[in-house]
Amino acid sequence: MDKFTTHTGVGVPLRRSNVDTDQIIPAVYLKRVTRTGFEDGLFAAWRNDPSFVLNNEAYAGASVLVAGPDFGTGSSREHAVWALMDYGFRVVISSRFGDIFRGNSGKAGLLAAKVDEKVVQKLWDYLDDNPGASITVDLESRTVRAGEGVDAIEDSFDIDDYTRWRLLEGLDDIGITLSHADDIAAYEATRPSFKPVTQHA
Amino acid sequence: MGRTLSEKVWDEHVVRSTAGEPDLLYIDLHLIHEVTSPQAFDGLRLSNRKVRRPDLTIATEDHNVPTLDWDKPIADPVSRTQVETLRKNAEEFGVRLHPLGDAEQGIVHVVGPQLGLTQPGMTIVCGDSHTSTHGAFGAIAFGIGTSEVEHVLATQTLMQDKPKTMAVTVNGTLPEGVSAKDLILTLISKTGTGGGQGYIVEYRGEAIRELSMEARMTICNMSIEWGAKAGMIAPDETTFAYIKDKPEAPKGAEWDQAVAHWKSLVTDEDAVFDKEIVLDAAEVTPFVTWGTNPGQGVPLGAAVPSPDDFEDADERIAAEKALAYMGLEAGTPMREVHIDTVFLGSCTNGRMEDLRTAADIIQGHHVAEGTRFLVVPGSAKVRLQAEEEGLHKIFLDAGAEWRGAGCSMCLGMNPDTLAPGERSASTSNRNFEGRQGKGGRTHLVSPEVAAATAVRGTLSSPADLTLVEA
Repeated sequence: MDKFTTHTGVGVPLRRSNVDTDQIIPAVYLKRVTRTGFEDGLFAAWRNDPSFVLNNEAYAGASVLVAGPDFGTGSSREHAVWALMDYGFRVVISSRFGDIFRGNSGKAGLLAAKVDEKVVQKLWDYLDDNPGASITVDLESRTVRAGEGVDAIEDSFDIDDYTRWRLLEGLDDIGITLSHADDIAAYEATRPSFKPVTQHA
Repeated sequence: MGRTLSEKVWDEHVVRSTAGEPDLLYIDLHLIHEVTSPQAFDGLRLSNRKVRRPDLTIATEDHNVPTLDWDKPIADPVSRTQVETLRKNAEEFGVRLHPLGDAEQGIVHVVGPQLGLTQPGMTIVCGDSHTSTHGAFGAIAFGIGTSEVEHVLATQTLMQDKPKTMAVTVNGTLPEGVSAKDLILTLISKTGTGGGQGYIVEYRGEAIRELSMEARMTICNMSIEWGAKAGMIAPDETTFAYIKDKPEAPKGAEWDQAVAHWKSLVTDEDAVFDKEIVLDAAEVTPFVTWGTNPGQGVPLGAAVPSPDDFEDADERIAAEKALAYMGLEAGTPMREVHIDTVFLGSCTNGRMEDLRTAADIIQGHHVAEGTRFLVVPGSAKVRLQAEEEGLHKIFLDAGAEWRGAGCSMCLGMNPDTLAPGERSASTSNRNFEGRQGKGGRTHLVSPEVAAATAVRGTLSSPADLTLVEA
């Protein structure tokens, strides 16, 4: 996984709340068995609408999505994160994320930055006034910045320490856990024999 | 201070705990299906890892299998590839698989409990958000993403932050004709889709204790629909009676040991929850959704709300968008909404009791003209049991379609989908835009409402059917 320290990229205002993972990528796009190529399914239903924000050329090459509350609720499909990343997004900013989505994001290297609702509103207004403008997300200092001068926006975002550390270091979870293989084996030795198994000798 | 049920189960599974890091949690059972596993197995292969505990892992095919012609090769090439990939992976990594055509095949959350693999005090995960279903047995059960599937395959553990605890206490008794589905839809409409976020919820109180295991599964199943990490119900005699003699249930002396332990899995008198919600079961009525998230629901006897009814600006805009998508006018009585397709099935309501309830209601009636009624058992075993009881005849005589087991129309991944603009009354769990097919319009309902709706062709409760006869 690539290390994530700071990222600056074109911001997209997605003025919708409750964007569930079925909207991020409909089930019909989940049938691939590979790990890449999901960008065509991203917001598939909405992209047919010419007025949908991602169809606005000003936002071409966007990498920071600014969404309404409860982004990524619903189905556990990690493809939602892959679709966002395959499309080019590195950061999603929202005031509230679905739990599973937020977990999946951290594992795949997508930064889910939780900010105050007012910050989302400010960023939306800024991006509407300045289509194609960039947003900077600094994971080291946990700040999000946009604009310059008196109207500049700068605020903090929430991310748990552990996910932040892993993203900063670019660490793979399985490797970290396997370094504790002795602890796992010790735990297994204490499991009660009445616990079920799926295979019988 | 005492501990809650979820804290007890959590503590029993901590392999490693360090300040500032998530707990490393041991996983007792890992359920696998064709959609969220291929990339996980691929990841194992790429890094030369194996499945640590194939004996704590089980796979079945459910999300994109057809419910017609299931004895023939799957027609859709992409679905076929996913299913074939699962079969290859199960073989290569030594995982037990119940494929299409097997008597134990079915929706993964129906299969686990019916095999007796789902037991109190376990940690259970699956790459599917409705894994919360298994919490009905007093297990900590939750959905995970594909990276986590790979993590569990490789290590049999997961790194997890300990969630907060919430109690949902349901006092009193549910009225006649009102089911667990109505209760959970009512709760979600009160809390919103984010109300449970960050919590493991314990459902408790008299009304919960009175529910059967299958009804408890319906409640826990939809925990994710209000954002909860997991839903749980403390195990009791109802739980033990359900598990006893299931194929993978403990036997002999181990049964006694297991039950003795399970009986300790209750929230202590002096335990404190981080949050508590109290509901009165007597106030719950048949409940249906009108919008495009499971929190947008009203009693069946009410009318489609107006966006102006919502004080919160986000909710008002969401309501406007939902009404436009659903093609509904504010003020229309829900009972007057015409339904094209009724779907009875899914991990929410595709078990024996659901089929029995619906069959009982539709017996002697006929599906309304202009409406189709799809009955999809949650597993092959449910299908066989229902056929043994003659339920399929009741459905077929009423003009319904009797199908093979799978996720079917709950999500548009298999041939069972809605056409654009088509309107369903569905016993499933999600009414998101396009969930049941692009442009499809979903109303979430109980099995009781589903059966009555099939007869009348408009959203209805069984009580409305007596009027039809009169």
